[in-house]
Amino acid sequence: MINSYDANRWKRFDEWDERPLRHDQFAAEDPENGFSAFNGAADPSPGLKVENGEVTSMDGVAARDFDMIDAFIAAHHLDVDVAEEAMAIPAEQLARMLVDMNVPRAELVRLARGLTPARLAEAVAQLNAIEIAFAYSKMRARRTPGNQAHVTNAKDDPLQLAADAAVAVALGFDEIETTMRVARNSWSNALACCVGSVVGRAGTLFQCSSEEAEELEIGMAGFTSYAETVSVYGTESAFIDGDDTPWSKAWLTAAYASRGIKMRCTSGAASELLMGYHEAKSLLYLEARCLCIQRGMGSQGTQNGGIDGAPLASSIPGGVREIWAENLLAVWLDLECASGNDARHSESEMRVAAKVLPFLIGGSDLICSGFGSILKYDNSFNPSSFNGEELEEFLVLQRDFEADGGLTSIEDASALDLRRRAIDALSHVLKDLNLAAPTEIMKRSVAAASGSNDTKSFTPRDVAMISDKINRQRITVLDVIRSLHRGGFVPEAQNLLFLVKLRVSGDYLQTSAIIRDGHVISAINDPNDYTGPGTGYRLTETRRKELAAIRNVLDREEVLRREAASEPAEARAIEYSTMGPAKRGTDPHEVVVGISPGFGTKIFRTLAGLPLSKVLKALRDGIEKEGGRMRLMRIRHTADTSFLGLSAARLSGSGIGIGIQSKGTAVIHQKNRLPHNNLELFSNAPVTSLDHYHALGENAARYARGELPAPVVVLTQGEALGARFHARVALTYAIETRMTENNASPEMVEINFLGDT
Amino acid sequence: MADRPLTRNDFPLAEKFPNRVTGHRGKSLGDLTLETVLAGDVEMEDLRITPNALLQQAEIARSAGRAALAQNFERAAEMTRMPQEEIMKIYELLRPGRTRSIENLLDITQRLRFDFEAPLLAQLVEEAASTYEKRGLFTTRY
Repeated sequence: MINSYDANRWKRFDEWDERPLRHDQFAAEDPENGFSAFNGAADPSPGLKVENGEVTSMDGVAARDFDMIDAFIAAHHLDVDVAEEAMAIPAEQLARMLVDMNVPRAELVRLARGLTPARLAEAVAQLNAIEIAFAYSKMRARRTPGNQAHVTNAKDDPLQLAADAAVAVALGFDEIETTMRVARNSWSNALACCVGSVVGRAGTLFQCSSEEAEELEIGMAGFTSYAETVSVYGTESAFIDGDDTPWSKAWLTAAYASRGIKMRCTSGAASELLMGYHEAKSLLYLEARCLCIQRGMGSQGTQNGGIDGAPLASSIPGGVREIWAENLLAVWLDLECASGNDARHSESEMRVAAKVLPFLIGGSDLICSGFGSILKYDNSFNPSSFNGEELEEFLVLQRDFEADGGLTSIEDASALDLRRRAIDALSHVLKDLNLAAPTEIMKRSVAAASGSNDTKSFTPRDVAMISDKINRQRITVLDVIRSLHRGGFVPEAQNLLFLVKLRVSGDYLQTSAIIRDGHVISAINDPNDYTGPGTGYRLTETRRKELAAIRNVLDREEVLRREAASEPAEARAIEYSTMGPAKRGTDPHEVVVGISPGFGTKIFRTLAGLPLSKVLKALRDGIEKEGGRMRLMRIRHTADTSFLGLSAARLSGSGIGIGIQSKGTAVIHQKNRLPHNNLELFSNAPVTSLDHYHALGENAARYARGELPAPVVVLTQGEALGARFHARVALTYAIETRMTENNASPEMVEINFLGDT
Repeated sequence: MADRPLTRNDFPLAEKFPNRVTGHRGKSLGDLTLETVLAGDVEMEDLRITPNALLQQAEIARSAGRAALAQNFERAAEMTRMPQEEIMKIYELLRPGRTRSIENLLDITQRLRFDFEAPLLAQLVEEAASTYEKRGLFTTRY
């Protein structure tokens, strides 16, 4: 043991140092060096001058001095017909309009077209965190919320990709995104996820994040249906460093649409800071510029909200509020918003959950722009806020708040079937198209595996060869559809055809489009119409029940079933005989034990799992060890511990009684005390052991002798016992209270321990 | 399809006008079935969006107040006439420092106008060219 008397540090700091939180690095606010969420040293004052329909100055910069970002925003974002009216509205008033449910979304969206980046930033900066969250929920474009998954693995193993894609689809993700560990594996990843994503249901959009030209080619071969890799930056130098300009990105934006592929841009706080070109401007102002560019380019949407810069943004004071604020700007600018919550911004699970909450409870087009549906180590984008490990926590959060996070639980049994189906489908296609020949061992290892550490599947070299063949042989989605059909995977062939047909009409190119139940829904036909309580997105009763249906839910029947299972063993261990009404005792050494109505009749184990026969034996042995004598009676008018104890004490010759509920909660009482002023209480039944009950018996006998023993202490390790047990406690206790009878008098009970107990 | 400009009420086109939405070779959505795919009657060209569909989506976007999105669809409609290599070649030239002189970009605007009947794309490249010149982007980066 360390002698801590002369320590020079409070030991709590050492413990805090060990918390996951302390892996997070925090940065000081330093606006000159770009470390400011809202108030950059060089943030301009909002302003706009328009002469003869031409912008002559914007946010303090004259048109002749515009950098390429200013120039693009002035030409493509600003609507000079609205600008004069919009810019005349003070930021405070715009902020109030954003949180005013009586001001329709459409009106604010109209005004945004006439607002400069500095004014947009100034307005949302007025809002506190909860106001930003509310405004986001009101302003997002599509009414129905959705979600997006990452599907990747550390080996780029196509069999695992197919299986994991099918699981992601079953969980309800509207979009799935893959990327590779090795760039040349892109075609293999695309084929594998494409096949997996059509198992079980049609309409999950899929993207393969890779180099621009190749990504478009993969899209043109029909394997993918959307893209979100068109990055935008808020300073000219960062943009150039990113090897693009607003015009080259606008060109790409049109290119995707021209091939019928859905596309959104990407931008997020602190990317400029990471790239070393922040111009001493705040995260929010730079992001406002990014978003105005995206709207101006005619992108239908954005992946926005920190994204890869989220960890850095979150290191700055107010950084997470800023991330929420930029998401609000995105939807105010009428863009589909895949609201980040992907790159994990913290090692602290509390910080992660706190950050996602507004999007979970208020909805978002895609709540996570990459929820890791796979394990952290398999995520080729880096760990997400939520991953395969924490997926059930997200499902429970949905249930807690009755909030639609876009996901639905999957059943234990069906998950494996689904994985096998996806693996079989892809294996068939790989063989049929002469790409590879997966073995039974490979297939089986992947089906059951949680992550790639558990698989015996393709080697990285195999995958590169598969990928090269797909590319070289110019295999298209039509070849895959025909192959699936040849292998008897007819529903999958149908689903894949449905998906590629979407590109012919281009319906899913409109803002915030996803596919639900075989139909395109978007901001056009499913617009967010929130105008106060009762409007906007509301759960249907069916959906509410889906969200509630998580695994391992306890109910009364389940409690009774579990108890019934332990009844036979107890019947072999103890015999209770009712001996008629209980009388007051006269023996000064007796301790009366009052048991509850369901004790040994309906309930047979304590919350700690101890058979009640053993508990009674421990009590008796303890009492007798200290020279006392146990007398047992069943109390029938109450199941409350205090009253069980007091009733027992008042019938006890020594005036000392023990009250014990079937779940194991116990009390030592004395006849002339007030009901809740007992001698000792054992309230933590789940951690109360037989030794504790033995000691309780000893102490009761010593009180009977008039001694004052040291109270028995049941130590906890800080377990959230309420979370672990209270549902069962409430159900068990309700079973007992239902058995009570008003004015029923206690009955003497004689017990006989059977066998070797 | 309606003679009037389309509005948000005409969305989604695939459901409202399934037999009038066609791919590049004129096949309608109704012709694109598993049977025709299996029979080898469907090619990737049949799954390509047409300029017409993009212009219709532009009308819908405009009716929903999204002029910038509509303009992108209109540029995209022009781009459907361009081969993939051409699109990627021009994209490459639009990246910073890929060409030393404004002339190269202005040549492209000519080609866009006359070879591809793409005045909107030409305008976009023209605008880029003049901004790049002002901002000194015609310096090679590698």
